[in-house]
Amino acid sequence: MKVGVPKELTKGELRVGATPKTVKRLLKQGFEVFIEKDAGINANYSDEEYEASGATILPTSDAVYETADIILKVQAVKDEEIDKMHEGQVSFSYLNPAQNQDLLQKLADKKVNAIAMDAIPRISRAQKMDVLSSMANIAGYRSVIEGANYFGRFLNGQITAAGKVDPAKVLVIGAGVAGLAAIGTARSLGAIVRAFDTRMEVAEQIESMGAQFLSVEIEEDGSTASGYSKVMSKEFIEAEMALFKEQAKEVDIIITTAQIPGRAAPKLVLDYHVAAMKPGSVIVDLAASSGGNCELTRNGEVYTTDNGVTIVGKLSQLPAQASQLYGNNLCHLLDDMGKGENFAIDMEDDVVKRAMVSYNGAVNWPPEPLPVSPQKSVQAVEEVEAVPEISPEALAKKKTMSMLITLGIIGAFLYLLGLVAPADFMQHFTVFVLSVFIGWQVIWNVSHSLHTPLMAVTNAISGIIIIGGLLQTRSDISNPMTIIAFIAILVASINIVGGFFVTHRMLKMFRK
Amino acid sequence: MISPEIQTASYLFAGILFILSLGGLSSQESAKRGVLYGIVGMAIAILSTVLGEGVEGQAYIIAAIAIASVIGILVARKVEMTSMPQLVAILHSFVGLAAVLVGFGSYLDPHTQALEGTEHTIHLVEVFIGIFIGGITFTGSIIAWGKLEGKIRSKPLVYPGRHLVNILLVIGCIVLCVFFIKAAGTSGLIHLYIMTAISFFIGVMLVMAIGGADMPVVVSMLNSYSGWAAAAAGFMLGNDLLIITGALVGSSGAILSIIMCEAMNRSFWSVIFGGFGAGPTGPAKEVTGEVTAILHDAVADLLKEAKSVVIVPGYGMAVAKAQFPVHQMVEKLKADGKEVRFGIHPVAGRLPGHMNVLLAEANVPYDIVMEMEEINDDLSETDVVLVIGANDIVNPGAQDDPNSPIYGMPVIEVWEAKNVIVMKRSMATGYAGVQNPLFFKENTSMLYGDAKDSVDKINGFL
Repeated sequence: MKVGVPKELTKGELRVGATPKTVKRLLKQGFEVFIEKDAGINANYSDEEYEASGATILPTSDAVYETADIILKVQAVKDEEIDKMHEGQVSFSYLNPAQNQDLLQKLADKKVNAIAMDAIPRISRAQKMDVLSSMANIAGYRSVIEGANYFGRFLNGQITAAGKVDPAKVLVIGAGVAGLAAIGTARSLGAIVRAFDTRMEVAEQIESMGAQFLSVEIEEDGSTASGYSKVMSKEFIEAEMALFKEQAKEVDIIITTAQIPGRAAPKLVLDYHVAAMKPGSVIVDLAASSGGNCELTRNGEVYTTDNGVTIVGKLSQLPAQASQLYGNNLCHLLDDMGKGENFAIDMEDDVVKRAMVSYNGAVNWPPEPLPVSPQKSVQAVEEVEAVPEISPEALAKKKTMSMLITLGIIGAFLYLLGLVAPADFMQHFTVFVLSVFIGWQVIWNVSHSLHTPLMAVTNAISGIIIIGGLLQTRSDISNPMTIIAFIAILVASINIVGGFFVTHRMLKMFRK
Repeated sequence: MISPEIQTASYLFAGILFILSLGGLSSQESAKRGVLYGIVGMAIAILSTVLGEGVEGQAYIIAAIAIASVIGILVARKVEMTSMPQLVAILHSFVGLAAVLVGFGSYLDPHTQALEGTEHTIHLVEVFIGIFIGGITFTGSIIAWGKLEGKIRSKPLVYPGRHLVNILLVIGCIVLCVFFIKAAGTSGLIHLYIMTAISFFIGVMLVMAIGGADMPVVVSMLNSYSGWAAAAAGFMLGNDLLIITGALVGSSGAILSIIMCEAMNRSFWSVIFGGFGAGPTGPAKEVTGEVTAILHDAVADLLKEAKSVVIVPGYGMAVAKAQFPVHQMVEKLKADGKEVRFGIHPVAGRLPGHMNVLLAEANVPYDIVMEMEEINDDLSETDVVLVIGANDIVNPGAQDDPNSPIYGMPVIEVWEAKNVIVMKRSMATGYAGVQNPLFFKENTSMLYGDAKDSVDKINGFL
């Protein structure tokens, strides 16, 4: 099996489908590798390096397309490239299939078996070939670096001899892989990071990266089975916009990473948000290529608005690094498809059948949906759903039963009591039981820090037993009852006075 | 003289005031008002009783109250905030004693002697129960006071078969009660005496069997008992106000005990009957590693470099009265722009909310005083944790050593922080008598000495 790597034609694309390192891996897998001359030049990989790794350098792309059974590319193939392709050839590249129906049709017409690397389902098994994740990771990192560059101030707070520097505040919108990577990078540079996402499930991930999770008051979860967010309701978006308005005034750098597959990127940062930002602030829009999350983003451009906000619509790709990771993803996929000797297209395979957007002359898009959130969370959802289905009724029944039994016992007890006890006692007993209930209700509200004063107060109040002594005092001191009562009044009064006084002392000390 | 109807109305009013008083403690703002309600309620209750019908010997009453007020104010003024638990405990014993005395008085009262049939029987049972609860509260509180004051060693006193003995004693009391009811006139007094002695003994043994670490539970439990004792007295005197108040106090103490037990991850019953602290079921994990000592100037340097500091106080801070220099230190650190907070374990100290009271005394603003749950998540981001005189509440063994007697108790995870400094007088074990692996951790340094001196010295270097 021959693998060919042509030079990228798209302007500004610096990456390449294979690096010297991945060439070695491919050779190990049993492929022969052919590289177009200067294919890796933009990513700082020279032809000599490729040759040293064992690849053959071909002078033109025509030669590459003619020789190779498998084409490894980054950007979607262009028409002129399709012309060079031949029937049965397998191509690997980004294709953006949702927006490129024509292209898919052309590939199908040419009977090219095209795998869209950006259509690899995001299931656990396919993580190692998930180019969206690996590229997003780089983008997230880079977004912070670019943002910091244009921001032109420290990200971390410092206390120096020359004075105190406040840390920069970074707001990350969308906490996918890119967002999380951005959070981590910004945090490690010392910035205060806040993050927003419509999916409640990522709150924990955001917090684990050290950012503060911002949420709106409306309860709506944007999670979908695909792992991406859904389009939110109008109320939610209004609340979200209000939140961003507040944040825009405060933060120094906004990094937006929100993308919905197969659609234009949602507009999250509107003109009035930008207007609210401080001069010198920076917006880095990672969704610039799909329309931008910021209304004012210009794809492929960095410019400064009238109020001094720099909007970054293009990012350096870190091409060497990105090519390496992309190449690794490709290697993993080829590994899964049978390596050099046994390379085969298995349309039963969960990954291949979804990513193979053009197969045997037919367009294979859109694929059947596959829930791709991590297996665990799917299970969790099932569990959550399963529990309430059985439990509430059974539990309620059980509770009702035990409640009935308890009430029955209490009722029987009270009935028996009523049989023997005199009316007077029953009346006191009523007061007693009701008081216990009142006490129970009232005390649960007492705040934790006031437990000591509470104890002192209840202690003072329990000195009410003095009434017993008061009622028993006789005018005659020789009467033993008087002596007993006297002592009782004495100790109970110490209790009352001491208890209240000391509570008063304690409370005087509490201050805000 | 006021009529019984007016008296009942006054009692009702007093009862309402007491409920409002407890309700007022739900927040710091209304707490002072709450105390005022309590005082007014008490005044109304006493006045309406004294002015009511059938009260004699007002001179003695006034004398007793006057003497008691002087003693009460003197004690309450003099007491250190750090010995609050002791004061509360000894005051509980007074209620217990009063309940016993009122019980005897009620038995000797000719009015109640004149009762007949079921009414008489019920009254006698009430007397009996009232004295029994009062007796346990009385001696139990004295023992609790002794343990807190350090006059009685805090190790639990446990002997084999003590549950059986206790049960037999209670059964004995029930038998005595039967004889007591049958006894004519005041001849039942002898049964009452024996029963009182037994209840005193049970009270002693009950608290003796409970280890020092569980003292917060014991204090709140005795608080509850004193309430029930008052309620029982209310039954025997047929006085609704006593019943209402007693029930309020009783349920309040019970709730506090439950809260304390939850904070220590222990069942209420096991604390009361278990004699916790009797020793682990298996050999405790061998603690390995070395203890690093640190000096005051090094601590000051660490604090200077730190961005965030969390202070975890324990009983040691209370003993050394270190809350004042601690507050100075906090002010200095805060002035340098550092984030300083307190992490308070629910059972830090010897009674519920003890640390809050001490910190409040030292004017530490309570918005930087966090509860355990609030602070635990932040500790991994904290540069320096100062553990001041706390031990068991920061013991990692509670999480990872199933043989530790405090296993399962929620603790403040100070070891998550970058640096932990433990201020301690020596390497002795804490109240629970458990070795603390925290001291042997790599990021832990020990600063020996009295907490107050240590903090003062650190302040000098800051």
